[in-house]
Amino acid sequence: MQILQNRRVFDVCVIGSGAGGGMAAKVLTEAGASVVMLEAGPKWDPVADSYMFAWPYDTPRRGAAIPERHFGEFDAALGGWTLEGEPYTNAPGDTWDWFRSRMIGGRTNHWGRISLRFGPYDFQRRTLDGLGDDWPITYDDVKPYYDKIDRLIGIFGSMENLPNEPNGIFQPPPKPRCYELLIKEASEKLNIPVIPSRLSILTQPLNGRAACHYCGQCGRGCRTHSNFSSPSVLLPPAVATGRLTIITDAMAREVTVDSAGLADGVLYIDKKTSRDNRVRAKIVVLAASACESARILLNSKSSRFPQGLANSSGVVGKYLTDSTGLSVRGFIPKLMDGIPHNEDGTGGMHLFMPWWLDNSKLDFPRGYHIEIGGGRRMPNAGFGGGIHQFNGVEGSGRPMSFGGYGKQLKNDYRRLYGATVNFAGRGEMIPNKDSYLEIDPAVVDKWGIPVLRFHFKWSDYEINQAKHMQETFRAIIQQMGGIPMGEMPSRERGYGIEAGGRIIHELGVTRMGNDPSTSVVNKHCQAHDVKNVFVADGGPFVSQPDKNCTWTILALAMRTSEYIAEQRNAGAI
Amino acid sequence: MKDMNRRTALKLISSAPVAAGFAWTEAEAQQAGQKAQAARATRAAFKPKFFTAHEYATVRVLVDLIIPKDERSGSATEAGVPEFMDFMMVDQPPRQTAMRGGLGWIDRECLTRYDRPFITCTPAQQTELLDAIAWPKQGASELSHGINFFSSFRDLTASGFWTTKMGIDDLQYMGNVGVAEWNGCPEEVVKKLGLTPRA
Repeated sequence: MQILQNRRVFDVCVIGSGAGGGMAAKVLTEAGASVVMLEAGPKWDPVADSYMFAWPYDTPRRGAAIPERHFGEFDAALGGWTLEGEPYTNAPGDTWDWFRSRMIGGRTNHWGRISLRFGPYDFQRRTLDGLGDDWPITYDDVKPYYDKIDRLIGIFGSMENLPNEPNGIFQPPPKPRCYELLIKEASEKLNIPVIPSRLSILTQPLNGRAACHYCGQCGRGCRTHSNFSSPSVLLPPAVATGRLTIITDAMAREVTVDSAGLADGVLYIDKKTSRDNRVRAKIVVLAASACESARILLNSKSSRFPQGLANSSGVVGKYLTDSTGLSVRGFIPKLMDGIPHNEDGTGGMHLFMPWWLDNSKLDFPRGYHIEIGGGRRMPNAGFGGGIHQFNGVEGSGRPMSFGGYGKQLKNDYRRLYGATVNFAGRGEMIPNKDSYLEIDPAVVDKWGIPVLRFHFKWSDYEINQAKHMQETFRAIIQQMGGIPMGEMPSRERGYGIEAGGRIIHELGVTRMGNDPSTSVVNKHCQAHDVKNVFVADGGPFVSQPDKNCTWTILALAMRTSEYIAEQRNAGAI
Repeated sequence: MKDMNRRTALKLISSAPVAAGFAWTEAEAQQAGQKAQAARATRAAFKPKFFTAHEYATVRVLVDLIIPKDERSGSATEAGVPEFMDFMMVDQPPRQTAMRGGLGWIDRECLTRYDRPFITCTPAQQTELLDAIAWPKQGASELSHGINFFSSFRDLTASGFWTTKMGIDDLQYMGNVGVAEWNGCPEEVVKKLGLTPRA
């Protein structure tokens, strides 16, 4: 087959345009490198392509999901757990639901903007409780980068001086919504501390970007660039250097190596023509998402690297993790017949509960934080669903129960609007040997690229944690005078824990370490086996703290990119 | 239709629907939405793509029984809920069988009880049937399929009604606008909820 070759040799090829890839492109182009970026999806512009301020009745679908947008037709996530022509497989009995974004900016376009630093304990868990492994770096190594991204990107929050929830450089947090105040009051009676959330949404102008206008629609893409996404914050300065070349609809297949065993380019499919192309580069930075980067490495087989690139240890694909997650909804009679007011706020919660307990008194290690939701949100497809599960319960002061029709039902919808709250737990999973990915020996995608096969199991640690989440959320709802909706799922059903991958925090399949026989990359996220290959997504993570991973992906990508720039200047790579 | 016999009734409700197995393309979806809107504006008859004429007539009666006109806003048909339902059936093909089968269940139950399909039943008969299936906790177990259908039909009716301008105005949703300064929870709500006033 003829492969189209671009004659130009770039300094760096970055695969992926999300948090890791966007940051790598920004830092490296600003440091003087020519960068070519491969993105598997189309161009996407938060100004031109956002559905900000659309009403549900602007479309006949009222915002419902479509196959290309699993979070609804207005959401800025092009992609999903299934992609046409791009299968993946699960080993018998295992479930991993793999979310893939296909667009410029990747998952940074619709993510929750929950921007939590990992704390000092999070980098040395094995030392503290004997489980999992320590990172080869500490909080002090990463702190300067957290500080830099706080200043560059912007984040709101409050100084709490908690031991494992480090302070940041915060803009003022937005005031809480009404139901959030109610949750705070009830939680504090149960000794669960509630603090302002930490989201990368601007409450003050920053670096030429406007402050938030509180429409609550961050997930649709922000036309005023008031929140963090790679296309709003990272790519414009990289483009402005004149040194960034972005190739969209470019599905990376493998990293190629020269006779010296160094990477010299990337083979990719031009999705518009289905033809094989190749870009040449002196350095390759993988930031395609943890699992996709591992797939590219495993598919980069050569006589010199028969197990795939950077995989002499056999560790590529091992230690796959996701956050634990489940949610419980509660009907709060006190919130019925609410007084109309605009409760949109920012595109996320204004308060949350960081992990607060001592594990020595619990039957599981590590912890989880609690994310809260509710309020008089904009009605969207699905509004009022399941009303037969909760109208007319005792608290509403009516003997009639669960369902109905007619004028009374119509009035029930009004009375119940804004009267439910939601609690979602996001917790730490301990990496285990039963959770890993590999290349499926039989299945290829529509371009003939071998696909991933996942193995994934929660252990009792996570299941016990899920039980604790359920009990805690139900206790808060009851403390609020409310009624949890639905019975607590049984242990056989994992207490309602979501399938692996559903929380979309895939981490750990190209882990970092000091020992080349037990890790893929070193503490600079540089492949032990190939010194000009780096990983800048969630792959190098050694553990999966309960804190959402994006802020650390950004910090490590910046740290790695600065290291690459130094090494280039020193002539080492 | 008054003296419809059982045979005519059966024939009417079993007339074969047009296959609508494929979801909209994006262009078709937009066009369909515009057509439905235009039909409403000119009061021209909307021609459903998924529902048969009989099914559509049944849907129109059912949605208005679920969400009728009242002092604050119009009815489900006035808000265009039947058109929304027809759109969603084509948009999400996995819903089709349950919808078609559920409407069929309603008619067959009416034939058994009243010897006529739902739309030709008297209002008293119609509400008698709904009373039997609209409260899942109280419904008879032998009616479970009708109860289950009605719950999801009610959900789709609500989804279609409350997402219209009429529904959103009725709910007094006040957002989806740019706000210069975010002030949090208004004092009157703090008071109503009995919360400790903010420092």
